[in-house]
Amino acid sequence: MALIDQAEESRRRRIRNGRLADIFFRWMTWGFTALVLVMLGGVIVVLVQGAAPALKLFGFDFLITAKWNPVTDEYGALVPLVGTLATSAVAMLVGVPASFAVAFFLTELCPYKLRTPLSTAVELLAAVPSIIYGIWGLFVAAPFFQTTIEPALAAWLGPIPLIGQLFSGVPIGIGVLLAGLILGLMILPFMTAVMRDVFETVPAVLRESAYGLGATRWEVVWKVVLPYCRTGVVGAVMLGLGRALGETMAVTFVIGNAHRLPKSLFDPATTISAALANEFTEAVSDTYTSALIALGLVLFLLTFIVLAAGRRLLLRAEVAKTGGGK
Amino acid sequence: MTQLHTPSLAGALHHPDGEKHVEKIGVRDLRFYYGQYEALKGINISIPDRRVTAFIGPSGCGKSTLLRVLNRIYEMYPGQRATGEVMVDGDNILDPNLDLTKLRTKIGMVFQKPTPFPMSIYENVAFGIRLYDKISRADMDERVHWALSQAALWDEVKDKLHQLGTGLSGGQQQRLCIARAIAVRPEILLMDEPASALDPISTAKLEELIEKLREEFCIVIVTHNMQQAARASDYTAFMYLGELVEFDTSEKIFTNPSNIRTRDYVTGRFG
Amino acid sequence: MTRVQTRRITDIVMTVIALAVTSLVLLILGAILWTLLSNGLSALRPSLFTESTPPPGSQGGLLNAIFGSAVMTGLAILAATPIGVMAGTYISEYGRNSRLAHIVRFVNDVLLSAPSIIIGLFVYGIVVVQMGHFSALAGVVALAIIAIPIIVRTTEDMLGLVPDALREAAAALGSPRWKIIAKVSYRAAFQGILTGVLLAVARISGETAPLLFTALNNQFWSSNLNAPMANLPVVIFQFAMSPYEDWRRLAWGGALLITATVLTLNIFARLLTRKRTGRS
Repeated sequence: MALIDQAEESRRRRIRNGRLADIFFRWMTWGFTALVLVMLGGVIVVLVQGAAPALKLFGFDFLITAKWNPVTDEYGALVPLVGTLATSAVAMLVGVPASFAVAFFLTELCPYKLRTPLSTAVELLAAVPSIIYGIWGLFVAAPFFQTTIEPALAAWLGPIPLIGQLFSGVPIGIGVLLAGLILGLMILPFMTAVMRDVFETVPAVLRESAYGLGATRWEVVWKVVLPYCRTGVVGAVMLGLGRALGETMAVTFVIGNAHRLPKSLFDPATTISAALANEFTEAVSDTYTSALIALGLVLFLLTFIVLAAGRRLLLRAEVAKTGGGK
Repeated sequence: MTQLHTPSLAGALHHPDGEKHVEKIGVRDLRFYYGQYEALKGINISIPDRRVTAFIGPSGCGKSTLLRVLNRIYEMYPGQRATGEVMVDGDNILDPNLDLTKLRTKIGMVFQKPTPFPMSIYENVAFGIRLYDKISRADMDERVHWALSQAALWDEVKDKLHQLGTGLSGGQQQRLCIARAIAVRPEILLMDEPASALDPISTAKLEELIEKLREEFCIVIVTHNMQQAARASDYTAFMYLGELVEFDTSEKIFTNPSNIRTRDYVTGRFG
Repeated sequence: MTRVQTRRITDIVMTVIALAVTSLVLLILGAILWTLLSNGLSALRPSLFTESTPPPGSQGGLLNAIFGSAVMTGLAILAATPIGVMAGTYISEYGRNSRLAHIVRFVNDVLLSAPSIIIGLFVYGIVVVQMGHFSALAGVVALAIIAIPIIVRTTEDMLGLVPDALREAAAALGSPRWKIIAKVSYRAAFQGILTGVLLAVARISGETAPLLFTALNNQFWSSNLNAPMANLPVVIFQFAMSPYEDWRRLAWGGALLITATVLTLNIFARLLTRKRTGRS
């Protein structure tokens, strides 16, 4: 009798311990999850706290002032903001069609044997640290731009009224154009990979039906695949934009770090992240530091909005695929 | 909605072989809800011990739902709840105060798709035992041996006990899952379409196994395959749209059912 | 011109453009890797691994930087992995579709794609300012904050791939929740989670911006976590922007090392995934 009781008792104890362990484990995982939430909250709090002095001092004019004077302690976000937007615009204008072209190639045109190795190559390139793009841009691309590309552009496009203005000025290689292109190059593998994934969610039957009707490869992608994945593609683009806006190292090397509003694509400028990278540790006054943190806050809000919108779209695209129908 | 004639509980347990069978599971007015949707509409049934009871019916009739009430596995998912009574050995298993772990040692479950854990064959079988008992290696070896033999798998795996369970064939994996369920010495075995993912040979072996196991366990099996139900079970319950339409000996259900809907289903008129 | 002819020409033109662009892109990316190799190889001497960073004009190596990067990356992953796995476990096993899980997923995504320089600012504010000085510890915190969202995401995705039937089978045996997770879910998702950790390591190995205002840099050998520590990315940044030939050469060497590490980790992670899914 006693033996059976012992076994029963040990069983009961095991079950009880199991229940305690359950509660402990659940609270532990919950705790770490809360930590993640706290991290984001912390980022926002620290940014706002740090930016507060500068914002209080300059008010909302901060966003539209082009001044940047460490000597008189007067700062404005306009120059870095314009630089950020301009380089990102160039990156998008060149990068989006290019990554679309590569995604088109990989999903429709590429011979089957090459498809996996090339896709893998693209994905691996997406992992290359941005500093590599930066130093390549500075040492290899910049001289080439200075001697060949930019003079050529100035010669062909300079005389055209309106947009010719963008290609005026002294070509020194580094500047908005090069930074934008390097940026575009950097986010291209990433956007291509996401676009490719999105294209591959198209059911085979849809593409087969299109081909069956006699559509050309281009038409299948442009008229069937793209409309089907439109939300997803836009989402991918927005993710790319978000990355472009926040990118530091690829841009810092080639932007020129000049606190002036660029009048042409050849001009040097600065972006928010480049300004932070170059000046933060040198900032001598509290106002200077606060102004830089305020720049960081602006960047954070900008990328937040873009990325949130992008993820929303991608999520909606996913839901539409799995939610609708059966 | 016409009220269906609920089969008399006592009457159904008089098997033509003359023996009176003991009730193991008594279901009284069981209702089940997925959120607002009522999937089981007041089920009353008495499932006998040491016999095989099959549940048949078209997709969505609630047979799997009913099975999953019996070991309260539905509680893993929010929004699913059951009302009514399910009596097993004098206890209402739907009672929230009931010790769920104890319930699950009494009732074992085998699923549609074989689900070997990502560990060795030995570990798979030992998993359940380890939850409750700390026993010596020798004792554990013996219990694993016993379970695998009962499941008719021992001879095939005795030399590779420490290989991954996922490396076995489909039929073997399913028998492994049965061994795993039996290892904790349950009294009731629930099987949710256990052969639907298996080839005919493995299915035949599985049915032989069920035939052997029914001497010791109360077996409840949900199946889409009417021939299987006819072959392997003693009693059959036909369900339709969340209601129990007819419950009787398998022989009666498949040769001369009382309810016209049952007749339509077993003769293949619909489903 | 008939409609069919127009369509055919459009197709050809678009095909050519796509081909041209792809070739151009691959060419440029290949050129980058080529430059990296040719410039970096010239710096690859034993002294690279045995001597610390030199003052301008003299010979030296990257020992302190390599050590610093290895130490900070290692510590960051050590801290980030349990946090990331636990959080991913919660939203995948317990929370699932709860309100909290949705919010955490969103927050995680924001942190995942936030500019890493902002993370650097954040850690500057909470660690460097509080401590009064730059330190390797701050660098570790910054890298960990970048790694955590990656690990959370992969853990959640991988645990989501584990079929519920497996969990139900364990529950049907009477297993307590934590054992189901620890002994069944984790085991099933192990390779996937490991892949996620590897990818996180690859990502933080190449990050420069978050270290700029946290760990800073150190010209000399240091193993003191409480002080600035040398690290490859910041060294590359400083040396590449400088006018000194020796420094520039070391910068390329460091760039080659980082790229080789990152690519190797990625390839390794891929091989792990291929093995699991059984594809060639």
